[in-house]
Amino acid sequence: MTTYLIRRIFWMVPVLLMVALITFTMMHQAPGGPWDRDPSRRQVDSSTQEALNKKFGLDKPLFINLEGGNPLDSQFFTYVGNAIQGDLGPSYRQRGRMVQDVLFEPPKGKAIWDSRFGYSMRLGLLALVMAALLGIPLGILAALKRNTFFDYSALFMSTIGISVPSFVLAIFLIILLAGRLNILKIIQRDWSNPAAWMVPAVVLGFGTFAYITRLTRNSMLEVMGQDYVRTARAKGLGGRVIITRHMLRNALIPVMTIMGPALAGLITGSFIIETMFGFPGSGREYVTAIGNRDYSMIMGTTLIYALLIVLANLTVDIMYGFLDPRIKVK
Amino acid sequence: MTTSAQTKPQQMQPKPGEPAVATPDVADALSRPARSLWRDAWSRLLHNKAAVAGAIVILFFMFVAIFAPVLAPHNPLELNSGKGFLPPMWVERSSTGKAGVPEFILGTDNLGRDVLSRVIYGARVSMVVGFIPTIIIVFIGVSMGLVAGYWGGATDNLLMRLTDIVYAFPDLLFFIIVMTALRATALGQFLNGLFLLFVALALVNWVGVARLVRGQVLTLKERDFVLASRAVGASHFRIMVRHILPNSLSVIIVAMAFLIPGAIITEAILGYLGLGLRPSTDPTDIFSPVGGRCCSKARPPSTTSRGFCWRRLSRWRWSSSRSISSATACATRLIRACANKAAN
Repeated sequence: MTTYLIRRIFWMVPVLLMVALITFTMMHQAPGGPWDRDPSRRQVDSSTQEALNKKFGLDKPLFINLEGGNPLDSQFFTYVGNAIQGDLGPSYRQRGRMVQDVLFEPPKGKAIWDSRFGYSMRLGLLALVMAALLGIPLGILAALKRNTFFDYSALFMSTIGISVPSFVLAIFLIILLAGRLNILKIIQRDWSNPAAWMVPAVVLGFGTFAYITRLTRNSMLEVMGQDYVRTARAKGLGGRVIITRHMLRNALIPVMTIMGPALAGLITGSFIIETMFGFPGSGREYVTAIGNRDYSMIMGTTLIYALLIVLANLTVDIMYGFLDPRIKVK
Repeated sequence: MTTSAQTKPQQMQPKPGEPAVATPDVADALSRPARSLWRDAWSRLLHNKAAVAGAIVILFFMFVAIFAPVLAPHNPLELNSGKGFLPPMWVERSSTGKAGVPEFILGTDNLGRDVLSRVIYGARVSMVVGFIPTIIIVFIGVSMGLVAGYWGGATDNLLMRLTDIVYAFPDLLFFIIVMTALRATALGQFLNGLFLLFVALALVNWVGVARLVRGQVLTLKERDFVLASRAVGASHFRIMVRHILPNSLSVIIVAMAFLIPGAIITEAILGYLGLGLRPSTDPTDIFSPVGGRCCSKARPPSTTSRGFCWRRLSRWRWSSSRSISSATACATRLIRACANKAAN
């Protein structure tokens, strides 16, 4: 187990390096650069641009430095070297701020969870908690009342949840709640009010809710047919004990294990919702950074998100070992 | 049951366990037309109400997509100046103060283009984006998965390492950066950017299919029927394609049914960010992309990042080609659920 873990953790390094390499290559394929201005406005003149490039190291070769003595003195390897030391580079658009500050530094006098990343994290967590609290009971009940009206409604709802794109739901809710019923502001400025979080969280978590419902229902159904459930019944145990002690414990293993990746998916996939609701999270930074060719910002966000996903996937494998002793990690 | 099968006396069929060594002419006389496995699956599918409902929805959208020029009341790209922002015909007074007219059933968008026609043409994009990348993905994924699972070794290792990388990549971020980076290149302009979208979708998704198939192959190749066919001298290729592949079909079908709606929704999201298909202005273009673009500047985020505004909302409200996306997605889910059931 320990050697397996160590191997997995070491393997994360080349994976993240590849993610960085792909993003870096792609990003530099995009036309334009961080100093471009809106065509209708005054442009940055070429000498300033050169000076800026020199200052930020953008005049170096992209991958391999063939001229100088050190072949690794290139944009990519300099970035990787700095990133390993926790320095994600200066943002090219938000002058004077480092990428890690933009993402993780809270406004003055606030705690870490008021940073941009903290906001995304909290929104993702809220969405996941709501999805799990609704989805798991619904899935269990649907399985217990299989082929009844309740079951079909639950299935119908989960089908809708998986099929409807989140932004369609978002627009629908904005029109309904803000446009017609006036119980929500269209442009939310104050996010300290917990009520304002509900709608984005519902929209974000709806797909996950549907997925959790379906997963719970399926694994419950699978468990219900197992021999140990029959044994428990034969021993004369009551229905409630069988359901909670014997069925749920096993049926929830797959549900528990998807929680990590689901959270990672909710945090990394929330930028559409963040853009639509004007939510001050880190996903929105990414979309802006792409448009602005803010290279260090793009790299930073992608790497942080990739790290999040890799860690989430790792926890799945570890959790399986703990939750289900029948599975042996090789 | 076909009628010919019912007229044949049942007792003359060979009992199980007894070698069926009837002479050819007797065997011919006894046999009803062979019912292939496909036919069996087909009749089971027809008996499943949910599957039939899903199929009808998909066929409907295919019909709409194919006959779009006949069905659409207007050209989706035709600008009607002075008639922008019209509400649907049943609305008497919209937020812009205009009344709907019967000429534009679902109203018009900001440039005065007929929304209904744009929705109808939008079905083409959704259909193509849903099905074509899926076919490519399944083809690549299945062949790679078969080879990796069957031969193991270096191919297998390579596949697993690739999977690790692709799984680590936040996939929407990947789509966004690919679509932005290669938008201006020849690849990005081919078919209005449709081709680039196919490539991006395929790059991300083939690995998942390959891993799924690999897993199947790993268990299947230990089975007796594989050993048996090897014993009678079947080639490796034949074993892979004729024996292992058909047995892993159920997994592949389920994966396909996840891929199709996934692709449609991805296109819709990219469209919303202004990174989907390139806006078409050529009235003869068969895929006039519809809907999602909420801004026409080259730098979408500078406009999208500023929260939400009513103008965009009203523009968006009617660009409901996305409802088609979700309906198709819904239908494919239904079919998947049933395919799943049938496979079990």
